[in-house]
Amino acid sequence: MKRNLPLFFAFFCGLLVIVSEFIPHRPFSLMIDTLQEWFMIISGFAIILGQISLFQSNINKIKQKDSGWMFYLAGLISFILMLIVGMFWGTQETGGLFGHGTALQARLGMKPFDYLFEFAYMPLSSTMFSLLAFFIASAAYRAFIIRSFESNLLMLTAVIVILGRTSFGSMLTGWLPQGLRFWHLPNLSDFIMEYPNSAAQRAIMISAALGIIGSSLRIILGIERSYLGSDK
Amino acid sequence: MSAVSSNLIERRIVFLLLFVAVALPLVFPIGWKTEVSSYAKQAWELIESAPDSSVVIFSFDYDPASMTELQPMAEAMIEHAFSRNHKIMAMALWPQGMQLAEQAFLKVKESYPDKKYGEDYVNMGYKVAGIVAIQSMGKNMRDVFPADQSGTKYADIPMLSKVKTLKDVAYINSLSSGTPGIKEWVMAARDVYNTPVTGGTTAVSAPGLIPYVNSQKQLHGLLGGLKAASEYEALIGRVGSATVKMDAQSIAHLLILLLILTGNIKAFRARKRSAE
Repeated sequence: MKRNLPLFFAFFCGLLVIVSEFIPHRPFSLMIDTLQEWFMIISGFAIILGQISLFQSNINKIKQKDSGWMFYLAGLISFILMLIVGMFWGTQETGGLFGHGTALQARLGMKPFDYLFEFAYMPLSSTMFSLLAFFIASAAYRAFIIRSFESNLLMLTAVIVILGRTSFGSMLTGWLPQGLRFWHLPNLSDFIMEYPNSAAQRAIMISAALGIIGSSLRIILGIERSYLGSDK
Repeated sequence: MSAVSSNLIERRIVFLLLFVAVALPLVFPIGWKTEVSSYAKQAWELIESAPDSSVVIFSFDYDPASMTELQPMAEAMIEHAFSRNHKIMAMALWPQGMQLAEQAFLKVKESYPDKKYGEDYVNMGYKVAGIVAIQSMGKNMRDVFPADQSGTKYADIPMLSKVKTLKDVAYINSLSSGTPGIKEWVMAARDVYNTPVTGGTTAVSAPGLIPYVNSQKQLHGLLGGLKAASEYEALIGRVGSATVKMDAQSIAHLLILLLILTGNIKAFRARKRSAE
């Protein structure tokens, strides 16, 4: 019963969604509306569940003094700090348990949550993403090496797209006459994006869609059961 | 010197060069002009052609990690929509999106101080559930957003009085750096309700979305990365942060090309040595 009931629900709801796509009338439309509402409510709770899980796993790692436990501690402290300031004084227009924290706002120029978001979270997050540029530069230096026909093709395409995406690239071939505008680097770059890239992307999309249909059918029919916590 | 330490030194040199290549143009701007692509032009045309006083949706589907590329787009597009007197309903499919929306509005309001919250723009906040939330918006907007971010009820927001479903908005602009984002808006809003969708994304995500810019107009243009943001700024005649940062990006790209060339010369010489 413990396993059969979720399997039945998955089968019933999955089938209902498929049927409603072909018969978008009552009672199916109403049932789908209800399912969508449920999904949004459950998704909201999933966030809370995620936070509890994050909290627990961090606590365990700190307790067991895993390697880098200090980073987990820093993460946990940051998590609690944001949670507290958000709960106490709210964010932006929304008030918290202690109202809007007018005195703190006067001192910081904004609410504590917004202050931490703007001056701690945002710069740290942007920095993490920006670091990628350094690794890309280093990887380009080591990886784009001419070895075979394929690697030549890859490098040539990369050079055209990189140049086409810069202001410098536009200037480099900006002098070309109208009849040769196809060879203008930004146009050439757009051509690569629009035709070879789109063709490959569409192939990937169609393959992924077929894969999703297959996986979904496996779940609906109860063949794939790993979402229940075990694949038996 | 061992190969490992040599690689380490090379890597440090690359990092240092890139840092200098990015930092110098930011301190001493070059002022290179950006050529507008057809993708940016299509996005601009959609906003430009929407009727006066149209209600439009701006979805902030990104977080601070990608704000360097997407925030300039958001600001430029809000400015364009304000100049066309569009009423912007801002929302977010990513939790941090609502804070970034607030910042973008604050920035643009410096140029449009007469724009009023609730009448010209509204921030509905974050909505969980991605594509399902969009599907529900297609049926009843009020059910999905009972109130805005500050707690004002949907019915009490003047600019939304005639907006019942997604069909009532002139266009949707999703600024997205992943899932849920542009793809979900295309699938659940454009393909089902025929509401035009445009958007912006990071340069790295753009190739995956280009197939949607097609003759069926699943996407009305696409802004991909900082270059597209600077193109959009050029289209609306604004010198914003994207235009300033574009010099740095161009120099960084040129440096990467030089590094590729250097890497190839090094590999060629190594191959020659080993052949001898």
